[in-house]
Amino acid sequence: MIETAGLRKEFVVSAKVGKLRRERRVVAAVDGIDLRVERGETLGYLGPNGAGKSTTLKMLTGVLTPTAGRISVCGLTPVPQRTQLARRIGVVFGQRSQLWWDLPLRDSFDLLRHIYRVPAPEHAGRLAECVELLDLGPLLPVPVRQLSLGQRMRGELTAALLHRPEVLFLDEPTIGLDVVSKQAVREFLTQLGRRGDTTLILTTHDLADIERLCRRLVIVDHGRVVHDGTAEELHSRYGSRRRVVVDLDEPLAEPVTLPGVALESAEGLRLTYQLVDGTNAGALVARLAAAASLRDLAVVEPAIEDVIARLYARGATG
Amino acid sequence: MANHSAGAPVRYRTFIALVSAGFRRYSTYRQATLAGLFTNVLFGFMRTYVLLAVVGRQAAGYDARQIVTYVWVSQGLIATVGLWGELGLADRIRTGDVVADLLRPVPPVFAYLAADLGRAGFAALVRFVGPVLVGALAFDLRWPQRPATYPLFVVSAVLATVISFGCRYLTEAAAYWLLDARGPRIVWALCSNALTGLVFPLSFLPGRVAAVLWTATPFPWLLQAPADVVVERHSAGGALVLVAGQAGWAGLMLAVAGYAQRLGTRRLVVQGG
Amino acid sequence: MVETYLHLLRATVRAQSQYRLSFAVDAVGTSFGVLLDVVSVLVFFRVTRSLAGFPFREAFLMASLATFGFALADLVAGNVDLLRFNVRTGRLDALLVRPLGVLPQLLVLDFAPRRLGRVVESLVVYAVGLGYAGVGWSPARALLAVLAPLSGGVLYGALFVAFGSVAFWWIESAEFANGFTYGGRDFAAYPLTVYSGLFRRLFGYGLGFAFVSYYPALALLGRADPLHGPDWLGWCAPLVAIAAALAAGGVWRLGVRHYRSTGS
Repeated sequence: MIETAGLRKEFVVSAKVGKLRRERRVVAAVDGIDLRVERGETLGYLGPNGAGKSTTLKMLTGVLTPTAGRISVCGLTPVPQRTQLARRIGVVFGQRSQLWWDLPLRDSFDLLRHIYRVPAPEHAGRLAECVELLDLGPLLPVPVRQLSLGQRMRGELTAALLHRPEVLFLDEPTIGLDVVSKQAVREFLTQLGRRGDTTLILTTHDLADIERLCRRLVIVDHGRVVHDGTAEELHSRYGSRRRVVVDLDEPLAEPVTLPGVALESAEGLRLTYQLVDGTNAGALVARLAAAASLRDLAVVEPAIEDVIARLYARGATG
Repeated sequence: MANHSAGAPVRYRTFIALVSAGFRRYSTYRQATLAGLFTNVLFGFMRTYVLLAVVGRQAAGYDARQIVTYVWVSQGLIATVGLWGELGLADRIRTGDVVADLLRPVPPVFAYLAADLGRAGFAALVRFVGPVLVGALAFDLRWPQRPATYPLFVVSAVLATVISFGCRYLTEAAAYWLLDARGPRIVWALCSNALTGLVFPLSFLPGRVAAVLWTATPFPWLLQAPADVVVERHSAGGALVLVAGQAGWAGLMLAVAGYAQRLGTRRLVVQGG
Repeated sequence: MVETYLHLLRATVRAQSQYRLSFAVDAVGTSFGVLLDVVSVLVFFRVTRSLAGFPFREAFLMASLATFGFALADLVAGNVDLLRFNVRTGRLDALLVRPLGVLPQLLVLDFAPRRLGRVVESLVVYAVGLGYAGVGWSPARALLAVLAPLSGGVLYGALFVAFGSVAFWWIESAEFANGFTYGGRDFAAYPLTVYSGLFRRLFGYGLGFAFVSYYPALALLGRADPLHGPDWLGWCAPLVAIAAALAAGGVWRLGVRHYRSTGS
């Protein structure tokens, strides 16, 4: 569905050097990205600010011209075949609206029908579906400027889907939304992804989006892909460790050691062990139970935030 | 008591600090400055040719060299005086940010005036000197023959800036009552184009019309007054009278702006923004 | 296709009609503005009896022709100068992902109906100018009287687009663009003979403003060109306009390709 090879985008930035001189520098916002996405996949695109997420998305949707590299989306080349491509994709920019600010929400949907030239019955069916799923009914006669951000985002999602796009691009779709609206958007996208006829590509800062929605995770940093795979693969690759935390009734007589287990910290009667690369918790728990009486025990899964933070930190120093 | 006597110098220092902040702020808008400079020069050429064709050797109180100088000086004054510049007050009223201005220990009119004078200072260096330099290279300008004209012109230009500031402050303060300043701004844009002597010196108009404009409106005092001072259209005494008239208008406009601000503040306080 | 844009246009008008007061104020304000260059000709003739060899009625015809052509262009393409705003807010991104041309979308979405007032006014002024100038009417001249302002409109429109596109490279170029568009209107409001040297060649012929009012007016008046140009130059206005439109289209496409979206 989507294929890129050696995708690159350079910007010229001029920075002030000293009092009067300016220096022009070429910066690669996207620096050689190879990506392949199959029909029906849901892909989360993750990276710190300025990593090149939005730039990539804008090249995939035909907004920006790549400096180098090849792109194919739905078998089309985005910039030269922009309008053809536009009929087959939907785009939601978290901070750019497709809706008519001063008109009722319904009018925006009607205008988009004309823009995408969707036959009226098909449009009506699709709209009814979205209105139901996103609970838009009461909002249709309301001018967009009077909608809350969460309500508007539900409108934006509908607007992007009315022409039944093959690929839906979402750039920070949950940014700035309150908890309830975030849930609604995620719920809707989960259902959409499950149906399997729409390919979903979303960039986000919010890891909860990723964990809820995407099996596949692409992490970019400094314009390069640093990870492409599932969250589990990410953990195993970057050695994120599960932990066993125990609270004891009395101190251990002698330390418990096992291959693949490392004591991370001991604070009073609370001990934290790290399990290295796939070691099971069972053996450790059994040994601990034999050595002392346990008051409490927990196995803590690694947090994706930690892995990603470590990944970025590494990129920054490397 | 000691505090009291220190009051004046502190205020003076605040004013200077605000002026220099305004100067620095505008010195960073390089792209816009360059674009504006280019356009001033372009219009300078055009108006020179047109007014030369109208005036010929001499007409309406100007000879050819005077009218050419008049054109380039007035092009240089547009940005310096800030004829079309925005103070940002209307936007701050609309967004409610103006409350932050009211919380500061300096009165808003004072703070905005300082910032605008800083802006004018930077504009004088680039947007005034630039067009006049180009005009001098391309045409035979008439330099002042009385040495006293130079300092008098500087005073006249500063006063013109203050009058323009007062007009723009009033225009934008209208947003306290009208929500935005679009309407007053359009009226201001119109008057600042047609009635300041930018397109034609007001002496081209029928005497009575010109007299009404000079006596009843601030517009001729913004551009035509300083331009007439520098081309020495009047005697030394006449020039002094012109500058005195500007001082009167400057004082009046500042007083009216301050009054409008007080009314606006009261309205803001009563209605809670 | 046309139908789609008509739907968009209606939506724009509907959206703007919600701000009645603003609309009224704008309409009144802009309608005064249009007269200034025509008024300036009236004022000039209080001081002089001829403007670079042309009597009032002829100079007035030129001014009215320039004003009318400009008003037409301003109605259709004047809002290109909002490109800067559209780039900065990222609105352009939203337009680029739709299956329509970006330029027509911008023109339609930022359409300002209040500019219609100017068109009507300047049309009246042009009609007065034509009547007062004492044109010796023939079918050919009648055709030219229609073609000339339309060509002028296309030329000004092309300049609006071409210099508006400069904002793709140079975001704060609005005043620079104004120099050529509003400057072009003022340039053509006065007889070409007023100007001289490089300035006349650059603006009159290089950018084509001589073909907005000067040459068509000469042809309408049946006057020989004091600058010794051939008589058929008055009929070249449509060709100049088409050439300018093509060039402007090229600059626009180049600009879109160069577009660097802002922010996230």
